[in-house]
Amino acid sequence: MKCIMAIATYSIILVFIYMILVISREGIPALSWEMISEIPGGGFYFGKEGGILNAIIGSVYLSVGGTFLSLLISIPVALYLNIHLLHYNRITAGIRYLLDILWGIPSILYGAFGFVLMIVFHLQASLLAGIITLALMITPIIIRAFDEALQGIPEGMLEACYAMGLTRRQIAFQVFIRQAMPGLITATLVGFGRAIGDAASVLFTTGYTDYIPKSLYDPTASLPLAIFFQLSSPIPEVRERAYAAAFILTIIILMISLLIRLCTSRLSKYQI
Amino acid sequence: MHNKDIIRIEDLHVTTSTQVILRHINLHIPRNKITVILGPSGCGKTTLLKCLNRLTDLHPQLQVTGKVWIDDEDIFQPNVDVIAVRKKMGLLSQRPFPLPMSIYQNVAYGLKMQGITDKHTIRERVQHYLEEVGLWEEVKNRLHGPASKLSIGQQQRLCLARGLAVQPEIILADEPTSALDPISSRKIEEKFLELKSDYTLVLVTHILRQAKRLADHVIFMYLGEVIEQGPPQEIFEHPQTAVLREYLKSGH
Repeated sequence: MKCIMAIATYSIILVFIYMILVISREGIPALSWEMISEIPGGGFYFGKEGGILNAIIGSVYLSVGGTFLSLLISIPVALYLNIHLLHYNRITAGIRYLLDILWGIPSILYGAFGFVLMIVFHLQASLLAGIITLALMITPIIIRAFDEALQGIPEGMLEACYAMGLTRRQIAFQVFIRQAMPGLITATLVGFGRAIGDAASVLFTTGYTDYIPKSLYDPTASLPLAIFFQLSSPIPEVRERAYAAAFILTIIILMISLLIRLCTSRLSKYQI
Repeated sequence: MHNKDIIRIEDLHVTTSTQVILRHINLHIPRNKITVILGPSGCGKTTLLKCLNRLTDLHPQLQVTGKVWIDDEDIFQPNVDVIAVRKKMGLLSQRPFPLPMSIYQNVAYGLKMQGITDKHTIRERVQHYLEEVGLWEEVKNRLHGPASKLSIGQQQRLCLARGLAVQPEIILADEPTSALDPISSRKIEEKFLELKSDYTLVLVTHILRQAKRLADHVIFMYLGEVIEQGPPQEIFEHPQTAVLREYLKSGH
């Protein structure tokens, strides 16, 4: 039994390393300064001049915007579940169950739903529509991940706060957020990772363009779609660039993870 | 005029949908004394304590009827300012729960709640309250370190300092020494004896010796009812009921 567990554990690490190796081997040769500093030129899709700066910037705009919008919704919801609705077990169990279902819905459905919203509000494929769709998609994830951290706070701490005469708002935003900060950061990271890596939900809602968006109402390129379009090309140079784009996407996720992890130890210093 | 009894409980009855937790309690708790609520586990001591600052509100399954008068205000009236009631009382629970902040901020938080904003005043008062609970010498070099790094006994005294900073009239303590080592327990007990000149203390305990050391007034509870109450010499020397005699003999 121990042997099987060990094999399972190490094979996951091996698969991860192998993926990184493949992406690096195929991607790094195609990588150049031009690739990350320029938007596509005239002959880009035939393997000629230009880069994918449009997709890099677009992906950062989309995922940062989506994560930020989602946090505005998720933080109050998770706090409300754990402070105001504490002990109303049937209501919270129902809400958590619904959120878990939403978590499991494939992103293409969020894309389709976002598309319907766009039609209702007369929006075109745009950065704004993409941000809203991504926020919808990752909100259940962030709520539930943050919620798990909040559920770990002992009831005694809540009682101690009430006994001091704190209002619920003070408890939520001055005590519980601090105490569950590492959980909130992990939740944000998980949500951000989903948002930056998702292709299906932005396919209908943000479209694709060779230019960097100048306003929320412009269509926007994204790295997952850049990978998708280039990987399906018959031209080898273009396919190599798809791997380079995948490599860049991996690096962005890695950098943001590390950055936030570095902040975590500082932010969770006072955790009880 | 100051009433002699700071807390008066009239016919307090607490039930869940299936069982009775407190059965028609009538009590008077004297001002500036240590009142000890004694009884075996599960007799409703903690619930009684939670009724005093309406922590029962947190448990929607509890139904509370009856009256609890604190400073001649019935706190279970719907128009009562619960926050103000709770600010009159500090709570020490079985396990200390400092706020997730530095040692200094833990005490300063209570001061800021009262609207004190002057940094100099806050620093003076933080030192004052930490000295009052005998913690100042131990933490003065790491005031801005996390409260979680303190020992449990120190955390309990920090929670006491934090509670005092809100300037309460009453200190509620729910088996405050049960998680502590004997030396820390002794320190808390000594503080209680000093504090009673300025505060009213209500202490829940199941430790008979602790009750004998501290009590000015004893309430003995059993299965949700007050069996006996009175001055300690009467309760401990001349128990009137069989339950209390049995309890005093087995001593737990």
